[in-house]
Amino acid sequence: MAFEGIGASVRRKEDARFLNGKGRYTDDINRPGQLHAYVKRSDRPHATINSIDTSAAAKAPGVVAIFTGADMAAENIGGLPCGWQIHNKDGSPMAEPPHPVMAVGKVRHVGDSIAVVIAETKQQAKDAAELLEIDYTDLPAVPSITAALAPGAASVHDDVPGNVCYDWHIGDKAIVDGVFANAHKVVRLDLTNNRLIPNAMEPRAAIGDYDVNSGEYTLFTTSQNPHVIRLLMGAFVLHIPENKLRVVAPDVGGGFGSKIFHYAEEAIVTWAAAKVRRPVKWTAERTESFMTDAHGRDHVSTAEMAVDAQGTFLGLRVSTKANMGAYLSTFATSVPTYLYATLLAGTYKTPVIYCEVKAVFTNTVPVDAYRGAGRPEATFLLERLVDAVAKDTGIDRVELRRHNFIPADAFPYQTPVALQYDSGDYQTTLAVALKNADWAGFEARRAAAKARGKLRGIGISTYLEACGIAPSAVVGSLGARAGLYECANVRVHPTGSVTVFTGTHSHGQGHETTLAQLVVEQLGVSIDQVEVVHGDTEKIPFGMGTYGSRSLVVGGTAMVKAMDKIIAKGKKIAAHLMEASVEDIEFANNTFTVAGTDKSKTLTDISLAAYIPHNYPIEELEPGLEEMAYYDPKNFTFPGGCHISEVEIDPDTGTVAVVNFTAVDDVGRVVNPMIVEGQVQGGIAQGIGQALLEAAVYDESGQLTSGSMMDYTMPRADNLPNFSVATENTMCTHNPLGSKGCGEVGAIGSPPAVINAIIDALKDYGVRHMNMPATSGKIWSIINAGPSKIAA
Amino acid sequence: MPQVTLTVNGKQHTVEVENRTLLVELLREKLALTGTHVGCDTSQCGACVVHVDGISAKSCTMLAVQAQGTSVITIEGLAAADGTLHPMQEMFREHHALQCGFCTPGMVMSAIDLVNNHPGGITEQEIREGLEGNLCRCTGYHNIVKAIAAAHPLMHGKS
Repeated sequence: MAFEGIGASVRRKEDARFLNGKGRYTDDINRPGQLHAYVKRSDRPHATINSIDTSAAAKAPGVVAIFTGADMAAENIGGLPCGWQIHNKDGSPMAEPPHPVMAVGKVRHVGDSIAVVIAETKQQAKDAAELLEIDYTDLPAVPSITAALAPGAASVHDDVPGNVCYDWHIGDKAIVDGVFANAHKVVRLDLTNNRLIPNAMEPRAAIGDYDVNSGEYTLFTTSQNPHVIRLLMGAFVLHIPENKLRVVAPDVGGGFGSKIFHYAEEAIVTWAAAKVRRPVKWTAERTESFMTDAHGRDHVSTAEMAVDAQGTFLGLRVSTKANMGAYLSTFATSVPTYLYATLLAGTYKTPVIYCEVKAVFTNTVPVDAYRGAGRPEATFLLERLVDAVAKDTGIDRVELRRHNFIPADAFPYQTPVALQYDSGDYQTTLAVALKNADWAGFEARRAAAKARGKLRGIGISTYLEACGIAPSAVVGSLGARAGLYECANVRVHPTGSVTVFTGTHSHGQGHETTLAQLVVEQLGVSIDQVEVVHGDTEKIPFGMGTYGSRSLVVGGTAMVKAMDKIIAKGKKIAAHLMEASVEDIEFANNTFTVAGTDKSKTLTDISLAAYIPHNYPIEELEPGLEEMAYYDPKNFTFPGGCHISEVEIDPDTGTVAVVNFTAVDDVGRVVNPMIVEGQVQGGIAQGIGQALLEAAVYDESGQLTSGSMMDYTMPRADNLPNFSVATENTMCTHNPLGSKGCGEVGAIGSPPAVINAIIDALKDYGVRHMNMPATSGKIWSIINAGPSKIAA
Repeated sequence: MPQVTLTVNGKQHTVEVENRTLLVELLREKLALTGTHVGCDTSQCGACVVHVDGISAKSCTMLAVQAQGTSVITIEGLAAADGTLHPMQEMFREHHALQCGFCTPGMVMSAIDLVNNHPGGITEQEIREGLEGNLCRCTGYHNIVKAIAAAHPLMHGKS
């Protein structure tokens, strides 16, 4: 039989339903007697709501109810909470303006919810919503960081004049300034990190239901973390006790972070269902998704590196402004601080680092975590700056990186920005990537391309990230308002099959297969005997969900601990059955044996005995074979690696083709190589999308002009090449699996590799830096201006 | 209200619809065939692709009444009655060409049509260009292209 444990590319169990159209996504679910909700949204970026006249809409066919923000406020419904409190440089807490479920008094971005129309059919609700008469007074809008920080700018929130949510920093500025003052050379770059729209293929949806008899609410939602929604919505918004609120996330069609957060529509349908005494269903149209799903990235930064004559990095100084959008989304405040600035050492020995971050409110959709969440921003800044140092100093960009790498024998390595890395070998991932990408043969390829009239370039990014979210006490001390442990309940059934209840929730990562492989490995059952259950707070006691590349590292480790307890109990039962002492019992390959004898019992013999305890140590041991474990990680994990991108530019059109992309990543122990490859490939596609194609664009008046898939350039199959994806792993030292996580690395390492390649292709044109996306228009203009007389 | 009669996955149905009802709405809401998905509202994403009289069509961009008298195949109609997967489904599984599964029904239906239209052989570039009407956010398309290339000989009778 083919091996199905850790390291096997087991084909996915979940594919059976997805390939046959039998997946159960939220919009596929219909509750008896359900009504449909349509949310009326603001079409303007900033305005006071003078009045909402619902009278005409209320009379429209099929309409059952209409609710507004005022209706919710009248029932003391709470606002959507922010889960992480950041402090200012002076120690004061960040500004935390209210975030009402539906707008009260004012709308603050195009897409802001104003009212919900509930009707018998979706079309009736939508038709009726057009009859709502809303009287607005438009206010000046600040749709960008620059506009929001301009003197005299309009305030997005009346009690936050100046639009600054917080002004935070990390590091000792005086020490860093001193290093800069005495440095041989300082290299400076101004960069932006372009605003992105996640656009998971499944639009968000939610169904609320209320059982009059039991007083229990049920919410079906497209969430990456149903337990977190239960916590946030139950405790802070609708004030429902946890045991009266069930949240179910069925099959979820992609998330990439955008489905972590507690959104208004979840609260609206849950609350409304109890009001109208029927289930209420809402599904986003894609254009709605564009103006309500949290956007990603959107930083403006100045970065400076101080170096000595050999190119040694002496210090890094960064000043960043980060867009929060109109309201604070669930994790928004942590992304440009603790998930960003703490990564600015990267793979380098830079001894001192200072970073200040100003978070800014604007009249745009709220911004929050999107695949990589802070680490792509840090990596783009760092790897662009390193290439700029190479250019300014004349030092080869590969040698410069090697010279500054943290050496393989320096672990555990304490960075100057709080994080302590456990393991890594950056020289090796670099060397393997250079070989796989045939770096040495590139100049010949460049010359051949030139002969064909094309401009070829090659770019490199050596990066590291922090994930396996997260050690609770550490993040708590930094302002997180929740714990970030994970929970696993492992149940061995009487006949020896195993069900795992996990608080993580796959939305494409294949957990029903990969987590089952952990059970195959440790308990020796076959994969067909294992079922992984996730996504329902009624079935799974606790959990914190799937994001931050945590499911295997944190969720999987909780499973390992639960299985350790299963084996420990099993040994006691086996000892009794085989009349041996428990110290002499060994467990391997699904079998308990008495050491040095041929006496053995299978796991099934043990589980049968546990549930039919006739011959059983009943004085010392309860019946049953089911154990729960929580795991709170000791540290973040630090996957990383080297990405190399080769591009070819058509000078007539400015179009960039990525002709080769090579990734060599260190993800620690690999459970399923096929799944890891898929995760990295998908991440690289999003990174190339960021680098070349994608931008969320607001015009000066605050309209989202990239508001549909016609205007926002999603990567298509012919925008991307095949990828060369490999791993060179060092083990994580602080979890029993040795795994580091791999879900986000593809999107983190790739954007600077692509931009560095484009700048290399344009070496004759004097390009010092290019922000993303590097569109054909941008590149054509540069080429059309002619080669630079100034040496670049 | 108009009625439309059509065959779906070999079974004939007569359904009452509104003039504005889309074919995808008829499939999902009237016939409970929720395998065909809605991923956008501008015809870009391809999650809704089905076969209408043997040719791929975006069911979000067809009115239900336009399907009068046609034979529609959806993702639910691909596998054999005994559960044996269509070669395209089999290759998607073998090559890990799906992650969240949401784009998959439309992707598989488009891929079958693409391979049907290239009986003599298909290049990687032809596959990539042929998938312009199908978005995937999870896979980066690498394994989808591999799966389609692998399905081609299986579908055209070579092994």
